Amino acid sequence: MNSLFGVAAAFASICFIIAMLLALVRLFLGPSAQDRVLAFDTFYINGMLTLLMLGVRTGSGVYFDVALLIALFGFIGTTALAKFLLRGEVIGP
Amino acid sequence: MSELTLPAWAALPAAVLLLCAGFLTLVGSIGLLRMPSFYSRMHPVTMGTTLGAGCALIASMLVASALAGRPVIHELLITFCILITAPVSAMTLMRAAIHRGGRAGARAPVPQSQER
Repeated sequence: MNSLFGVAAAFASICFIIAMLLALVRLFLGPSAQDRVLAFDTFYINGMLTLLMLGVRTGSGVYFDVALLIALFGFIGTTALAKFLLRGEVIGP
Repeated sequence: MSELTLPAWAALPAAVLLLCAGFLTLVGSIGLLRMPSFYSRMHPVTMGTTLGAGCALIASMLVASALAGRPVIHELLITFCILITAPVSAMTLMRAAIHRGGRAGARAPVPQSQER
């Protein structure tokens, strides 16, 4: 049973890393700026999930805090970039 | 990594949830790479980041609870954070895309009858 769980965790980690690589490709060759912002959004969520999988596989609780911080600051970054694309400034009047 | 001893009631659902999470996230990123326009690229990414992340977080919660021997639910923080922030960022990005639509190269979807 534990070997099945280990295989599933390794599969999930590999899938998240491949998803990060695909998002990185879209980040570099996205034709417009909002494509790059969307790819960045996917990229940080997949990185957060990779860290979470690392925490699950090692049974350590340290990675959870890193994942929580990445989720919070990644949202702030995405929203700031989208507001900048929308109005040309991040914090408007 | 192999010294973890999980009971079967936690290992089996966690394994199924992790398989689902990996598959959904991979499909979402493949869709992000292959879809033709920005408006259609929004859809697979949203599926991957909400459903895939939800499955992975529930699996992580199960494993942490089984390892600690008591209910550990602090992964719900990330779940609520993603559930609240994903629609906000999607709506802001979509408004930015519509606002920039004319000069961005990604056309708005036109009806089938007007398409040349």
